[in-house]
Amino acid sequence: MAENKVSLTTTEYRTVEEVAGPLVFVSKVKGAAYNEMVEVTYADGTVRYGQVIELSGDLAVVQIFGPTAGLDVEKTKVRFRGEVAKIGCSLNLLGRVLNGLGQPIDGGPEVFPEEEREVVGSPINPWSREGPRDFIQTGISAIDGLNTLVRGQKLPIFSGAGLPANELAAQIVKNAKILGGEEFAIVFAAMGITRREAAFFQESFAKSGALERVVFFLNLADDPAVERLLIPRCALTVAEFFAFKHDMQVLVILTDMTNYCEALREISTAREEVPGRRGYPGYMYTDLATIYERAGRIKGKKGSVTQMPILTMPDDDITHPVPDLTGYITEGQIVLSRQLHRKGIFPPIDVLPCLSRLMNLGIGEGRTRGDHRGVADQLYAFYAEGVDLRRLVAIVGEEALTERDRLALKFADAFEQNFLDQKDENRDLEYTLDLGWKLISMMPRESIKRIKQEYIDKYYNPEKAQELVISEG
Amino acid sequence: MIEGKIVKVSGPVVSADNMAGAKMYDIARVGEMGLIGEIVRLDGDVAVVQVYEDTSGLKVGEPVVCTGEPFVLELGPGLLASIFDGIQRRLTDIAEMYGDFVVRGVTTDALPRNRVWAFQPLVDVGMEVVEGDVVGEVQETTHITHRIMVPPGVSGRVAEVKEGEFTVDEPVVILEDGTEIRMYQTWPVRVPRPVKRKEKPTVPFITGTRILDTFFPIAQGGYSIIPGGFGTGKTVTETTLAKWADADIVIYVACGERGNEITEVLTEFPKLVDPKTGVPLMQRTILVANTSNMPVAAREASIYTGITIAEYYRDMGYNVALMADSTSRWGEALREMSGRLEEMPGEEGYPAYLATRLADFYERCGRAVCLGSDDRVGSITAIGAVSPPGGDFSEPMTQNSLRITGAFWALDTSLAHRRHFPAISWIKSYTLYLDQIEEWYRKNVAEDWREVRDRAMSLLRKEVELQEIVQLVGPDALPDFAKAILETTRMIREDFLQQFAFSDVDAFCPLRKGYLMLKVILTYYDCLEEILVQGVPLRQATEHPIKNEIARMKEIPSEEAEEKLTDLMQRVQTELRSLAEW
Repeated sequence: MAENKVSLTTTEYRTVEEVAGPLVFVSKVKGAAYNEMVEVTYADGTVRYGQVIELSGDLAVVQIFGPTAGLDVEKTKVRFRGEVAKIGCSLNLLGRVLNGLGQPIDGGPEVFPEEEREVVGSPINPWSREGPRDFIQTGISAIDGLNTLVRGQKLPIFSGAGLPANELAAQIVKNAKILGGEEFAIVFAAMGITRREAAFFQESFAKSGALERVVFFLNLADDPAVERLLIPRCALTVAEFFAFKHDMQVLVILTDMTNYCEALREISTAREEVPGRRGYPGYMYTDLATIYERAGRIKGKKGSVTQMPILTMPDDDITHPVPDLTGYITEGQIVLSRQLHRKGIFPPIDVLPCLSRLMNLGIGEGRTRGDHRGVADQLYAFYAEGVDLRRLVAIVGEEALTERDRLALKFADAFEQNFLDQKDENRDLEYTLDLGWKLISMMPRESIKRIKQEYIDKYYNPEKAQELVISEG
Repeated sequence: MIEGKIVKVSGPVVSADNMAGAKMYDIARVGEMGLIGEIVRLDGDVAVVQVYEDTSGLKVGEPVVCTGEPFVLELGPGLLASIFDGIQRRLTDIAEMYGDFVVRGVTTDALPRNRVWAFQPLVDVGMEVVEGDVVGEVQETTHITHRIMVPPGVSGRVAEVKEGEFTVDEPVVILEDGTEIRMYQTWPVRVPRPVKRKEKPTVPFITGTRILDTFFPIAQGGYSIIPGGFGTGKTVTETTLAKWADADIVIYVACGERGNEITEVLTEFPKLVDPKTGVPLMQRTILVANTSNMPVAAREASIYTGITIAEYYRDMGYNVALMADSTSRWGEALREMSGRLEEMPGEEGYPAYLATRLADFYERCGRAVCLGSDDRVGSITAIGAVSPPGGDFSEPMTQNSLRITGAFWALDTSLAHRRHFPAISWIKSYTLYLDQIEEWYRKNVAEDWREVRDRAMSLLRKEVELQEIVQLVGPDALPDFAKAILETTRMIREDFLQQFAFSDVDAFCPLRKGYLMLKVILTYYDCLEEILVQGVPLRQATEHPIKNEIARMKEIPSEEAEEKLTDLMQRVQTELRSLAEW
């Protein structure tokens, strides 16, 4: 009976015309809506979900979230559900594991939604946004000191194959100070990651006692690629629900965005669209923006959505379309370096190409410390000088350098060994800035140009520099 | 009213049949929700509409209504200090009426209808007026007088004039033929507003940023692009210019950029005070904000919305600055729409008409004698940010923009990594306005301004050559006079070119202070050369503590700059020369 009832209100079609990759072309369709959700029943009874991605006359193009193996033209049934993709939001999602369609896959009980929300989401009115300005202490010197993260920011980690981006993300989740007193939640969206990586995250959340506060969206490397297109949207819809309805501070980790972009390219190719750079579709910027821009704060609301997407730069190339377009949307980036990783430095953050655009809003007198900006700039400047000189040394040898140059070289080594390399230590900001001053105190006083005189008078102390441990690079 | 039915939906592009009679670029309301769109192609009775809003949920067979009108803006008092989306909807009203998220199918009045303005007439009954004539004034903000003009194409003898408080809808002047002139007029965004003639730009557009004002100045009515990879400081440069640039009106088009950046502008501008007038900067600013996650078709329109508003204030005789951040996002919107229309792609998937569209846009800037009998002059200066993929300037957006614009302010990733800000490369950048505005600088800054500028520039070029040698043989192999050049250029770079946008004193540098600073450094160089010849070792000279004073020149407040810098210049001479006397 129930079956019949359903078919009265929605229409079922057996008119599949063509199947191409993840796309199914259904003809003689009436009343289907653009972006509507679709249920496809295969000949063997398997039910898969899909979404209408184009309508043309009575032809609907449906993208299937799952393998199309076993799909045939004759027996397949297609049912249009009359609604766009939605996810049931509830506080009970915390501690659960869901798939890309928002269905629990941890064997636990069904989640009764408090509210159903469309996963596409609407853009936050720029007028309604509240400026991010609350400092989040991550416990990582290279981030807190030089590339400060603030609530409502989107700060991606640009990683390379084999670099410890996951370990860094896990350490941040463990130590982030914001997650102390206030109500917080972590929404974790895994796209195309391996079982090993998934297990690593679950274990590390369990260890840090955060598991109860995590919603885990999981799409493994061997799960359908197309599902990856929905995962970040589901995750962010849930995050917005927590943040703007339940006043929580939400940290969203999206990994790995490169896999997401590849899924996007796959669909685009199947639709025979005009390809842009490296075969990625021309609208990838817009598409990524609809994900990343969902971070932020809203006037009059207590909660916030902070995003930390992780992506892999193919061949460590930062100009590859995925990191490139991401960098144009996000508010800065944390870049990992293979060279530092080889030196055994953890986290191997290459501070030179790193940036946090919102840093100035979260630091300074009354927020962190008055000298914060100056210290950060000065450390950068000295380190950049030292790194430049390393290249020169390789050509002309150390003998040809001036004394000042040799000092800058020594600074670069000391900076990497003391400031960047911290293993699993959790450092507070005070410690990080003092460490910065020890390093700065290695250099002659008159070469300090980025810091206000009053702070130099207060903190500059060459004796302190002696406490640093520097081994010959 | 032409009403058709949807036959095809593909992203933001919707086709409808039964649309015979619709015109290109007419506005259409699409579907039951009444989404706003623009007709971009006609094929028989099928009209292709680019929809300015998300099209999820649209069905084949839903109605499409053509309004028969192109996309027009409402231009009148109430624009200043407002924030609009790409199609001139007031974001403040949307937030008030519909909440914190931008929902679909909503419309707002571009100009507040309930607000009254005190109209002060400037014409009398019986006077002949022609298009562009100012018929009256309204005090729009504390310092900006809004001139109510006869719309283009209208002229006649005045039959009736009103005075007092009116809303924008009420007629304030009536002509003998019955034409009613209201305080606002409408104008289609894709059509340039007419002027009498364009003038040659001769007055510099003062930005307060030393590297720009000294090395690569542009003229009022000029246009420049700022290309740079991510993180090189395009947006910081654009907002710095929006804050300090010498313009009466600033229009800031955030085209496909970040929401949080707009929040920053919105929180910062009302607090910052215009150094010239002492009024909050917001009072002279109009924001057009179409962030990257807002619909792509509206992003394409946002740049035209910005320039049309700019033209309107130019017509009043104001100097307008238009900041477009970023034009690449606009180009990408064009590309995306073109792809959906299945047009044959040109270079890197951009449509073949990219260059024409860009040229059309930039050519709407300039210094012009406005319509009207008083021959008033207004200007639009445009600064367009360009975001080349991978920071590679050979891509189509940068190259096509370069062919049109008169100045190129190249942002350099390696400078940004070194935290040299503004990260504008002095080697790659150029300006074509130098000769036209040199005269102005000679009169208003210093007689030898050009010589000082050119000398500093040639030292910087020399530095590049010397650095190449250093890379090969090391710095010790250089003779002393070459080292003196390196010492000087290091000073120019660190103590002159670097400028901290967030500092109280240094964010805005007056022309005269910039000139004097450079002059001090060149004096230092001259003295170095002089005493080197007399046998003073370079080391002894460069260790002289006067160097530290030069390094702190930026911190001298503008009011004291003349006195203190002239004094410093003299002391540089006496103290360095005294080394030779030993």
